[in-house]
Amino acid sequence: MDFNDTKDEAKFRDEVSSWLSANADKKEHAKDIYRPAEMSSEGESGESSALRDAKTWQAKKYDAGWACLHWPKDYGGRDATPMERVIWGQEESKFKVPGGFFEIGQGMAGPVLMLYATEEQKKRHLPPMAKGEEIWCQLFSEPGAGSDLAGIKTKAELDGDTWTINGQKVWTSGAHYSDYGIIVTRSDFSAPKHKGLTYFFLDMKSPGVEVRPIKQITGGANFNEVYFTDVKIPDSQRLGEIGDGWKVSLTTLMNERLAVGDASGVDFQEIFELAKDQDFNGDTAISNGAVREKLADWYCEQSGLKYTKMRNISALSQGSTPGPEASITKIVSANKLQDIANYGMDLMDNASIARDDETAIFQGSLLGAPLIRIAGGTDEVLKNIIAEQVLGMPQDIRVDKNVPFNEIPTGSKN
Amino acid sequence: MNFNFSEDQLLMKEEVKKLLDKENSVKRNRNILEGEEKFDKELWDQLVQMGLTATTIPEEYGGIGMGFLELCVIAEELGRGIAPVPFSSSVYLATTAILNSSNEDVKKEFLPKLAGGEIIGTFAHSEKTTFPSESGISVTAKSGKITGKKVAVPDGDIANFALVSATSGKNKIGLYLVDLSADGVEIDSLETFDPSRSHADISFKNTPAQELSADAWEDIEKLLDQSAVLFAFEQVGGAEAAMNQAKDYAMGRYAFGRAIASFQAIKHKVADMYISLQLARSNCYYGAWALTNDAPELPTAAATARVSATKAFYECSKENIQTHGGMGATWEFDCHLFYRRARLLSSNIGSQGIWKDKLITSLEKSNSPT
Repeated sequence: MDFNDTKDEAKFRDEVSSWLSANADKKEHAKDIYRPAEMSSEGESGESSALRDAKTWQAKKYDAGWACLHWPKDYGGRDATPMERVIWGQEESKFKVPGGFFEIGQGMAGPVLMLYATEEQKKRHLPPMAKGEEIWCQLFSEPGAGSDLAGIKTKAELDGDTWTINGQKVWTSGAHYSDYGIIVTRSDFSAPKHKGLTYFFLDMKSPGVEVRPIKQITGGANFNEVYFTDVKIPDSQRLGEIGDGWKVSLTTLMNERLAVGDASGVDFQEIFELAKDQDFNGDTAISNGAVREKLADWYCEQSGLKYTKMRNISALSQGSTPGPEASITKIVSANKLQDIANYGMDLMDNASIARDDETAIFQGSLLGAPLIRIAGGTDEVLKNIIAEQVLGMPQDIRVDKNVPFNEIPTGSKN
Repeated sequence: MNFNFSEDQLLMKEEVKKLLDKENSVKRNRNILEGEEKFDKELWDQLVQMGLTATTIPEEYGGIGMGFLELCVIAEELGRGIAPVPFSSSVYLATTAILNSSNEDVKKEFLPKLAGGEIIGTFAHSEKTTFPSESGISVTAKSGKITGKKVAVPDGDIANFALVSATSGKNKIGLYLVDLSADGVEIDSLETFDPSRSHADISFKNTPAQELSADAWEDIEKLLDQSAVLFAFEQVGGAEAAMNQAKDYAMGRYAFGRAIASFQAIKHKVADMYISLQLARSNCYYGAWALTNDAPELPTAAATARVSATKAFYECSKENIQTHGGMGATWEFDCHLFYRRARLLSSNIGSQGIWKDKLITSLEKSNSPT
């Protein structure tokens, strides 16, 4: 029962730490974040200056052999062990470095290409993905297919060795700055739901691809709708067999759930500090028993997640594979985020309604939390995964099984 | 990094589980609950024979010289089997208190007998109806004798001796070792919520008492923190057993033409149990780490483990009944044995509210909660 590195792990950690120290600034406190060093040029949005800095940092890591380090060397990685990848992540998180643009490509598209693309395609696409030169997005959800992803209707038709794509995707993060995308389509409407799907990758600059931003309840627009009108994809960019797209999608989703971690925003530390400062019936909030009980619950959740992560890392260190148990992380952290944000605003009373330095993070978290509870698998889908994949409970009985897709009601009927 | 129990410890856990399964510990719980006996002497003797009461006692005092980590895995299995034995009182509390003490004579006299299961000890702390604060102890100690009343002492009518908290004058709380067969001890067995574990009120009137320490409040707080980790493991064991019962029942129970385990309402209920259990288990592991290393983080880690394990056992045991439907609320089914034990363990060594408050207090002191 210890948290100690093995000799090899300690050596690797030293190596990582000294490279990072020479190339980036250490955070002064846990919540310290990267800010662009220079003011963005006139007309440049906050997002594009952040993207520019993230690309510079990613290329620097790539050149030194620290990008996608668990990937094979041939594709831009360094053949690192899963534990070395964890150590890199732990150390990098101690530094003020930009990020947030490459996760979908490297975390989801990369592994699928590695399994299904030709050697030539892998050599062409994986290194620029690792280097951050080319950004990828994931075109999965549709207006009529969210949790029930296999209900997609974007149509793919083959003529010779070229496919023509028509339809609409939604909730596509980063589509507006992406160079490539992975997409799942329906190539056979008369086959049962899960059998008629086909999976591709495509150039996002292809004619007929139109990206429109979705304004979220936070006011921001990280997601997009993507429309496809007679978009051509060569058959050579098909990943997996025709009609096997569901199987390929599952590979991607498994990686998505591993990639989605803690929800960012207010956490125990913020509500703890607020409760110490905030006046409550003539005393500090933290001296109130009801407040203390709430704080204790959130601390237990935060600590439980932290040490669940430690147990998973420990399993990696011991050479075994952590299972889908990690599914609890997003459910617990997203709900905790929402409840802490709401309670924090409650403690601040009517003053919480005004937007200022103190309220902004609580307000932002309260508005951001609903989407985190939905993105990358809703709470409900994740609970199904726990029940079915971890605990071995049976799947729901499905009325749409073995029925031709074009006979199944889908989407919203009101 | 190995944030887990060692292979030997996990092997030991398996051995304890096998014994409790073979002896049908849950059935034995019911026998004690329904019968006149105060605990299962036969099962207790088997645990003693296996060396479990000697776990943390050094070899020089007749023990086997293992540590708290071994005790954690034993506790989890006793919880899974809702064993009707005075293990928590005698081992987590009385043995640990004596091990913590610097009184060599007491160690030499008591530890070998505790290791060999010849005597059973307990910790008599609660008074009136609430768990005592430093200013709330009314039992007094004077010139080697104690007077006053302790209420609902776990295994109070089983134990041969008790460690008793009492005011030693000058507003100090001391810790005293009292032979429960001595003059001036009156023991009243109680009718309880969970009769699988006996409780008694104990009155002392000029009862001879051996002083372990005249200024022991910090020692007592530490003893409670140490035992809280062990109680938490016991609670996690019980919670996991209740969750598995709910799952197994749902897989075999058919309604509306299908296993009820295929309904999302049931799946999400069991997933919620699983989430609560995983958070508690992970916090328990951290508690085990702090306990075995006697780390300065122990007060925070122990309270965190205790609070989340109490929550997990309550949730799993109540939703287990719900998943079983009407049958879950019958005397015949075992669900209520776990539900009762969950409540009992939540009350022994202090309620959820007390431990939540302790947790926030320790975070305020440490000033760096994360």
